[in-house]
Amino acid sequence: MRKTKSAFIGVVILFAVWVMLTDLSTQEMLFGGGTALFIVFLFRKKLAVLEDVKLNPRALISMVIYLFVFLWELLKSNFDVAMRVISPSLPINPGIVKVKTTLKSPLGRAALANSITLTPGTLTVEMKGEYFYIHWIDVTSDNIEGATRSIVSNFEKYLEIIFG
Amino acid sequence: MELLGSFITLIGSIVLFLGALGIFRMPDVYNRMQAGTKATTLGTILFLIGISLGHAECGCFGKIVILIVFVLVTNPVSSNALARAAHSAGIKLTERSVKDDLKSDREMGELK
Repeated sequence: MRKTKSAFIGVVILFAVWVMLTDLSTQEMLFGGGTALFIVFLFRKKLAVLEDVKLNPRALISMVIYLFVFLWELLKSNFDVAMRVISPSLPINPGIVKVKTTLKSPLGRAALANSITLTPGTLTVEMKGEYFYIHWIDVTSDNIEGATRSIVSNFEKYLEIIFG
Repeated sequence: MELLGSFITLIGSIVLFLGALGIFRMPDVYNRMQAGTKATTLGTILFLIGISLGHAECGCFGKIVILIVFVLVTNPVSSNALARAAHSAGIKLTERSVKDDLKSDREMGELK
C-alpha cells in the first residue's frame, strides 16, 4: 500500500511537470503518461522518501494553507531584509541559535529547513538529529524554547499534518 | 497586461538590486547569504511572473511555474550548503554577533 502511494505521487508529479512543459494534445498526454509510469517503475526502490506524504483531505488543505503562509512569509522576509539593508545604521543583531523540531520524516525536515531559510532573517546552517542550527539576523531570545517558538512553530503545525 | 508584466518585472529587479546592495553592506558571510538568498528568490520569482504576464502570447506559463518551483526548492538548499561549508571551514561570525550555539556545541564535543 505504501509503495503504491509513493508510486502514485511520483507519477502525478512527473505528469504535472510534463503537462506544464507541453501543449495539451492527446498524443503528448499519452506519451507523457507512459514515460512517467516507466520512470516511476525504474526508480521504484528509490521512491520510499515520498511515503511520508499523507494524502487525506486534511493534509491537502494544509498543503494549500502552507503554500500561502509560506509565500506571505517570503514577502515579509524580503521587506524585512530590504529595510535593514537600506537603513544607514544597518540594524542587525546576528547569531546562531539552536532550535528543536518535532518532525520525524526526512522530507518534512527538508521542507522545514528550506522554509526557515526563506523566512524573515533566518538561515539554516546545520541539522543534527532533532536540532537545527539557525543563523538569525536579529536574535530576540537566547534559549532553545523561545527561538523554537518564534522560528519553527509557525510552519511546523502545517508540515506535521502533511508529513506526519 | 503588458504594462502589468513590466511593472512586476520592475519590482523584481528592484528586489534583486536590494539583494546586491545587501551583499555589499552586510558585515559577514552569513548575513550576506541572508540578503542573497531571500532577495534572489523573490526577485527571480517576480521577474519570471512579469515575463509570463507581459508575453502571454508565448504560452509559456507552465514552464514559468516549473522554473519558480525549481528556484524555490534549490535556492535555500544551495545557501544552506554554503553556510554549512563556511561554518565548518571556521569562518567567524561578525563581532556584532550575539551568540554562536553551533560553535559552542562543536567545542563541547556534541557534534563531530
